[in-house]
Amino acid sequence: MLLPFFEWIETTSVGEALAQSIWSFAIIESIHLVVLCVLGGSLLIVDLRLLGVGLKSQPIDTLGAYAHRWAVGAAILMIATGMLLMISEPIKLYYNTSFWVKIWTLPVALLFTFTVRKRVIRRAGMKATWRTRLVGGASIAVWFVVAAAGRWIGFS
Amino acid sequence: MHGFLEWLDATPWSIALLESYWMWPLIESTHVLTLGLFVGTAAFNDFRLLGWTMKSVPVSEVTGRILPWTRASFVVMAITGLLIFYSDPVRYYHNIFFRFKVLLLVLAGLNAFWFHRRIHRSVEEWDHLEVLPRAARRAGAMSLIAWALIVISGRLVAYSWFNCDLGPPAWFDWAQGCSIWIQ
Repeated sequence: MLLPFFEWIETTSVGEALAQSIWSFAIIESIHLVVLCVLGGSLLIVDLRLLGVGLKSQPIDTLGAYAHRWAVGAAILMIATGMLLMISEPIKLYYNTSFWVKIWTLPVALLFTFTVRKRVIRRAGMKATWRTRLVGGASIAVWFVVAAAGRWIGFS
Repeated sequence: MHGFLEWLDATPWSIALLESYWMWPLIESTHVLTLGLFVGTAAFNDFRLLGWTMKSVPVSEVTGRILPWTRASFVVMAITGLLIFYSDPVRYYHNIFFRFKVLLLVLAGLNAFWFHRRIHRSVEEWDHLEVLPRAARRAGAMSLIAWALIVISGRLVAYSWFNCDLGPPAWFDWAQGCSIWIQ
């Protein structure tokens, strides 16, 4: 059903330019990976704390407030570079299972992070409860799937 | 060195690893995904040194409670990285990006060593200050730049643009030691 859309992406001027350039994919991919580090760090610093380890002497909500802007900035850059990567090879991705796993889990991860997780962090204090541990563990799990599926796109 | 790597390249385990259907991708994926934990936590340590985040958290607390995670994940990075190198040692040895990455790893290591040996020793004297000492900020900035370049060059190792057998420009030919390989 979406194949015409992916075929159309390939014919756009941006799509053609990116597909023909030798360096563009490598450079965008490299930026995507550097930002992955920042996104991973901004999420994990808080997720570890939610699990009751890491910066245990700091209140969870304080740490969450510090990390939030980094997570938002990194997520925006990840999506921007990710879309450029997608535009570079749309037909290959259309037939790639890992790509679709990533496309379906990414909104779940984003929605969870910026609704449930954000709310739990804001209401948490010093103590890691079963609720914070559940949210921290779920966050690591769902983002792991997004990242692993993303890496696996290149292996299929 | 080249001779030793030729031997390593021909060992059965190296060949099996490079040709494996699941092992190689799993090791490589672990290497890439651990970036989030390793460079991610290292980066937040550096951001703190630069005063970009967590300003109400003393530096000694960040280094005390976050760096153990950084160190543990570095072990995973090093093991998976060495295994990837072992799977195709000759090709990596003559790859410009791999050589650049190794050089940067040495620099990042020296920077970390210097930071812990000299600067971090007196952390309790300055970790509550509004602006941290120049040496601490410089170490943070050096680390950030080095690791960003390491990630980028690590990714570019995968490209064969300057492969010795494809007749690279003279400078690459020299920097990659192609003459030892292609005779």
